[in-house]
Amino acid sequence: MSLLRAEKLTKTYRSGDIEVAALKGVDFSIEPAAFVAFVGPSGSGKSTLLNLIGCLDHPTSGTLKVLDTDIATLDRRAAARFRGEHIGFVFQDFNLIPVLTVFENVEYPLRMVQRWPVAKRRDQVLRLLDAVGMADQAHKRPDQISGGQKQRVAIARALVSNPALVLADEPTANLDSETAHRVLELMKKMRDEFKTTFVFSTHDARIMGEAETIFTLDDGRLLPATNKETAHV
Amino acid sequence: MFDIFGIASRNLLRYGRRTLLTLLLIVIGMVAVLLFIGVAGSFKSMMVGQITDSILGHAQVHRKGYVASIDNLPLNMNMRPGMVSKVTEALDQNSAVETWSPRVKFGGMFSNFAETTSIRVNGIDPVREAKTVPLLPKRIIDGPTDGPFVEKGQIVIPKLLARGMKTQVGDTVVLVATNRDGSVNGKTFVVRGVLESASGPGGRDGYIHIDDAREILRMQEGEVSEFVIRLKDFSKLAKAEASFKQTLGEITNKEGKPVLEIHTWADLSPFAHIARMIDLMTLFIKIVLVSIVLVSVMNVMIMAVYERIREIGTIAAIGTPPSRILGLFLAEGLLLGIVGTVGGILLSLAAVYGVNVWEPTFAFGQQQNLVLTPTIAVKDVVTIAALVIGVAIIASLQPAWKASRMDPITALRHV
Repeated sequence: MSLLRAEKLTKTYRSGDIEVAALKGVDFSIEPAAFVAFVGPSGSGKSTLLNLIGCLDHPTSGTLKVLDTDIATLDRRAAARFRGEHIGFVFQDFNLIPVLTVFENVEYPLRMVQRWPVAKRRDQVLRLLDAVGMADQAHKRPDQISGGQKQRVAIARALVSNPALVLADEPTANLDSETAHRVLELMKKMRDEFKTTFVFSTHDARIMGEAETIFTLDDGRLLPATNKETAHV
Repeated sequence: MFDIFGIASRNLLRYGRRTLLTLLLIVIGMVAVLLFIGVAGSFKSMMVGQITDSILGHAQVHRKGYVASIDNLPLNMNMRPGMVSKVTEALDQNSAVETWSPRVKFGGMFSNFAETTSIRVNGIDPVREAKTVPLLPKRIIDGPTDGPFVEKGQIVIPKLLARGMKTQVGDTVVLVATNRDGSVNGKTFVVRGVLESASGPGGRDGYIHIDDAREILRMQEGEVSEFVIRLKDFSKLAKAEASFKQTLGEITNKEGKPVLEIHTWADLSPFAHIARMIDLMTLFIKIVLVSIVLVSVMNVMIMAVYERIREIGTIAAIGTPPSRILGLFLAEGLLLGIVGTVGGILLSLAAVYGVNVWEPTFAFGQQQNLVLTPTIAVKDVVTIAALVIGVAIIASLQPAWKASRMDPITALRHV
């Protein structure tokens, strides 16, 4: 069973009288534990596609099934619940909550979204912090750690609730080369350890090099995928 | 719930100076309101206490139409013995009544054998009067303060009269009055005491024994001009008034119409208007407090939402339910309200304590050196605290709702 399956996926935005088609009948599927990158120039539809996969938006037409759930059927509350249970997010700017410590940032989805019991969530958070090499920084605030460390924390936060899918929007854009490489290695390691599917949107050639499957978007259309080990267009 | 409050408190501390300024506004507003309620309430209670406990009592019973022409003290509108016994029976049977006192009121001429002036006189039963208006004997500034307030053959006169007529305690004076039939009668009295004047109706009256009043007015029967009533619980005046109206309303004339009327102190004293003004001013200052809390909390919460749009987008994206985002921001407003309320209450209590230590005095009408002793009732503290906290929540509602309804995509794009 595919983790993600899109058929004739279309997304059109309307601004006044002008209609802009961000996605024009996209078809693809992604298998579990894949390491996939969506690439393309600005305005090609990468972010729109990631928003749809992340249940943050609804398609104009076509279907997109995530874990066999048609995302068009999810209302605001159901979409939030679905994201909390099945999808992790890694953002370009890390988006850690500044008033919380590293530990609390990773703990947040378990505490505020899924309501895990204290002892269980503590073990899980420590396991993830250990896995991303941030256990010794657990008590620090986001403004006390480096950009690379922030992204490690963000990855731990994305994985802490054992999601099937992690969506990463330009995760290395704000990192230097060496840090970006380490973050990508970490994500691959996490994929191997937790069997989580990683889907990126990126301009970064380093990610393209690491991705096992690359989907290229151009003006809202999907070009044939390269390295089709786990994906099918 | 604790998680929400933990995060909310940290978010408030994130913008420490702004939070502090908002809290300061709430605290100042609360102190202003509670201090005003304490001082104005104390002034009002003191004045009402002076008026009711030294002159008017809590309520009075008159024959219908008497109060409308009270300036003339009409003798032909006194209650006759039959009516008097019905009233006393009704008052004795009313469980709200602590005690009552009959008065015979009349206007007369007061002479010290050298000069003559007019005087309003109350003929009273000294024992009943002292129980009904217990502060009356305390107004004696010259003369014996122990024993009955006044005995037969004695008169207690107001300070202004004593000063103007150069009359002292122990002097013999003459009271002359015209009775209901138009004949003029006189009687000599010894001045027993001089009374401090008080503000309000009856504040400058003289007092003699009720038997002397009936004698000077040549009353063949035990007529009464008014009954003064003291209740067991002054706060239940409105309920007692309704009960009096019902029972006394049953005393009717031949045409079946009620012959009596009941008036509370507020109907008889102009100070009731001042008391109502104080209540109105208290209401206005409460409205000002509500406005302060509403505007300041709403302002700070709108800013909080605006500054944290990306953060809201992040927590929404990772699956935080809209209701919990709403709760996060409501908790911030609630915490502002609670902390401001606690600070305001503590500072208000300190301010009230300070005023009580200071003991400021003031004059009202003829009364000098009245000491202001403000107190804050628990009921007022609870009401104001509930008001502030409630308004803080209401003020947070719109920004919190906006945050909870925010589109995660738009929020995440926000710069």
